Amino acid sequence: MEITKGNVEHVAELARLEITEHEKDIFTEQLSNILDYVEMLNELDTKEVSPTSHVVPLVNVFREDEIKEVLKKDEALKNAPEKEDGYFKVPRVIE
Amino acid sequence: MKFEPVIGLEIHVELLTNTKIFCGCSTTFGAEPNSQTCPVCLGLPGSRPVLNKRAVEFAIRAALALNCNIVDYTTFDRKNYFYADLPKGYQISQYFYPTGTNGYVDINVNGETKRIRIHQLHLEEDTGKLLHVGDILASPYSRVDFNRAGVPLVEIVTEPDIKNSEEARLFLQKLRTILLYTGISDCKMEEGSMRCDANISIMPKGSKTFGNKTELKNMNSFRSVQRGIEYEITRQSKILKSNQEVIPETRHWNESKGSTTAMRSKYLASDYRCFPDPNVIPLETDKDWIDQIREALPELPDEKQARFVKEYGLPEYDAEVLTSTKELADFYDETVTLFNEPKTVSNWFMGELMGLLNNEKVEITQCKVTPQNLANLLQLIDKGTISGKIAKNVFEEMFKDGKDPQAIVEEKGLIQISDTAELEKVVEEVVEANPGPVEDFKGGKKKALGFLVGQVMKTTKGKANPQMVNKILGDKLK
Repeated sequence: MEITKGNVEHVAELARLEITEHEKDIFTEQLSNILDYVEMLNELDTKEVSPTSHVVPLVNVFREDEIKEVLKKDEALKNAPEKEDGYFKVPRVIE
Repeated sequence: MKFEPVIGLEIHVELLTNTKIFCGCSTTFGAEPNSQTCPVCLGLPGSRPVLNKRAVEFAIRAALALNCNIVDYTTFDRKNYFYADLPKGYQISQYFYPTGTNGYVDINVNGETKRIRIHQLHLEEDTGKLLHVGDILASPYSRVDFNRAGVPLVEIVTEPDIKNSEEARLFLQKLRTILLYTGISDCKMEEGSMRCDANISIMPKGSKTFGNKTELKNMNSFRSVQRGIEYEITRQSKILKSNQEVIPETRHWNESKGSTTAMRSKYLASDYRCFPDPNVIPLETDKDWIDQIREALPELPDEKQARFVKEYGLPEYDAEVLTSTKELADFYDETVTLFNEPKTVSNWFMGELMGLLNNEKVEITQCKVTPQNLANLLQLIDKGTISGKIAKNVFEEMFKDGKDPQAIVEEKGLIQISDTAELEKVVEEVVEANPGPVEDFKGGKKKALGFLVGQVMKTTKGKANPQMVNKILGDKLK
């Protein structure tokens, strides 16, 4: 399957990854190869097979709607690089 | 060129569970920022989400109330995107198999029933809340409160069946009424427990191909939904008229400016790279469970309205108003069982009761008048103890302090005068004191009688039995 440099740039953008021009060339080729390899799976007839989302045969594992202990506020904010008045502080995001 | 708008709505409704969808943090609104979080809803490594059973049941209940088919197997999927309100870098949602599909809501547009189809209803987690100093566009940074992150939501997506802003408002109101009946949410737009985004496009009238659409966000009331849609239709028409193309994007409604601004370019569905969350166990529903939830549904607005027409013989209009909230309808039902004249009760509801509720800004749930007291009042009129006019004053008293009408009537001496001798005496006084109008009446001016009756009422402070006064006066002036 052909992957273009544009595809690589788009995926990098979605993942917020900064990559160099050189890396773009490498990834374009590598991603194409990986997808070609995976495409082998298309040789199988999977018409009668339902997609696997989970490997463990479990369904309906529930919690009851009961309040449990929460983190203390300062604990919740402990790892935040920036905070202000009990809030996480982040750059404004508008494109 | 004439354009035709095509509108679809996406409504997010927070569920009234005690705890979040995947963890035991409280969902109470208005708590201190970041005081209701835990490793699960903060997306800390190693934490493990476990599904809240009540959230699932609420979603199924809502889907049934909107006439949806219920899914029999569903996964919870990761929708990946970067935004500061999303601690994990993805939102857990039902992307592949929504809880409900193919539903509908009927709305009343100028007396005609119009069906708005529901494409789907799915369960997901809410995001955190971004706060800004002033307007988002002017703010130098964002503050994040994760109390809301992980609160269970249902997102309801309509088909593009809505043709204008008025239909959008009618649909939202009806949807809200239905959801309030089911009790799954308090649907407060001003607190954000009900939020509406609109997908809007326009196309040349009669065309079959939809134009490019924009998604409009940040509309915090029915009124702003209406205004935002109208603004967007006008904006898009101008663009098309000048032979340009509408850019598909998310736009932000600015309430104070009354306009929309571009927020971010719209993601394509594939950009979200959705896949089943391996940490959340899939959900299976069976007929018994769904039937159990269906049986617990209350009578919904449409059914109730139809019953009020059929059982009580009310006009459609009365039935629609009386069923506008479950609490009002229950109050009405109960009053009618105590005083079995449905139309009389309806008139009192639509006139006095709702008038006072509106004027005093009181909710029916806080109303001090009880169905029993209202029924007692109507019985007092029925028995002729008080006149209808006096009853209105008594009702105002009841509304103020919740007293029984009988007590008010006795305390204030408002009992209707139906004693013939007593009334004849008053009539005589009035006739003597008003020779002019008496002459007028005898000379053929029928209107003069009304004046004389009014004088009798005035003298008796409204307590005279009006029918008897009419008769006595009529006889006397013959």
